[in-house]
Amino acid sequence: MDDGLKADAVFRALADASRRELLDRLRAENGQTLSELCTRLEMTRQAVSKHLAILEDANLVATVRRGREKLHYLNPVPIHEIAERWIGKFERSRLQALSDMKQALEQSDE
Amino acid sequence: MSDKPKFVYVIYIASTPEKVFAALTDPDQTEQYWFGFRVGANGKVGAPRTVRNPAGVDFPNGVILESDPPRRLAYTWPPHTDQTNHERPSRVTFDIDVIKGQVRLTIVHDDFDAGSKVFEGISQGWPAVLSSLKSFLETGRVPEPGWCEPAVQVDRVRA
Amino acid sequence: MSEGRSSFVYVTYIRTTPEKLWRALIEPEFTRQFWCETVQDCDWKVGATWKLMIPDGRVGDAGEVLEFDPPRHLALSWQNQFTELRAEGHSRLTYTLEPQQDMVKLTVTHEMPHPDSKFIEKVSGGWPIILSSLKSLLETGESLESTRRWPEGM
Repeated sequence: MDDGLKADAVFRALADASRRELLDRLRAENGQTLSELCTRLEMTRQAVSKHLAILEDANLVATVRRGREKLHYLNPVPIHEIAERWIGKFERSRLQALSDMKQALEQSDE
Repeated sequence: MSDKPKFVYVIYIASTPEKVFAALTDPDQTEQYWFGFRVGANGKVGAPRTVRNPAGVDFPNGVILESDPPRRLAYTWPPHTDQTNHERPSRVTFDIDVIKGQVRLTIVHDDFDAGSKVFEGISQGWPAVLSSLKSFLETGRVPEPGWCEPAVQVDRVRA
Repeated sequence: MSEGRSSFVYVTYIRTTPEKLWRALIEPEFTRQFWCETVQDCDWKVGATWKLMIPDGRVGDAGEVLEFDPPRHLALSWQNQFTELRAEGHSRLTYTLEPQQDMVKLTVTHEMPHPDSKFIEKVSGGWPIILSSLKSLLETGESLESTRRWPEGM
């Protein structure tokens, strides 16, 4: 899968509030089973399962076997890559614009 | 030129080759700096390389390919998630030299399939683990829980 | 080394604050200790000329500040001055500092806009020891022994 398609899969996965909630849960406590994720969430087991499958396809969640259980782990690599590629550039040009503006204002005071 | 990924990283540590080799192969030490992971690679060639994650999950054993303490160690790195277990086991090689009074630790992690997902994870993981190893040996300090973001699959403490 | 560029990337994590790390990367009192007695001659703003000075007065490398965003991001153009690597022209160096709890993640990227750069090959050997020494300096108070003096005969 090329980088563009990978990024699309990540953005689509993140575009759903329930899936973002699942990621938040794993961030707070990594390595949960499906049953553990289902408790305290107002989603059916089926719905959670479906969302997890989408997150796994987007490489945002990885699963590890422990006996008959399947533990779910957050994989921050794709989000980090997106942050580096998009947010990094955006932040820097925004900060540069702010700094230019500040300089221009300071000069106009002289 | 092949498109097979290869990860190379060099770090210099104010310590001795013996201490560095021991820290890399003794689970009681790795547990302290390797984010709770117990990694065992104390055996001879052919013996298993073991990994247990902080939740007590045993990952598939690798195999020790070379062991020449305290200078050289190599073992295989099988994939351990459902999403990557179709990939071939990759290979980790450590070289421990002394350069002008300090240890130079070189890691080469290679023998990946083209497009390997394991490669993506370890490329982020190794700098964190080896930085933590250096701090551990030079200052005795270990990471605070939760500081390490990358794909090291750290388990949070269950409430 | 593909896509027409030569690139070296190094990530390290240092137990310090972004402000302290930023100062250590820039100020002579620090660089002398972990960067072989060199100091940087620079006004530290975008467009300023930048020089890395060797202790005997020669200019080691020279360039210009491209981006300056303390304590998060610094970019320089960088051309070697005192060896035949000067002929390769200007590389681009960036430092990115990201706090992570009590650690700072430092990413150093050094690139030449052409493939198979000998300059990048050379700095690929130098950066790990300089950055390891910086980490030791900030965490233990002492840099690595072999980086405290400019190498003799160089």
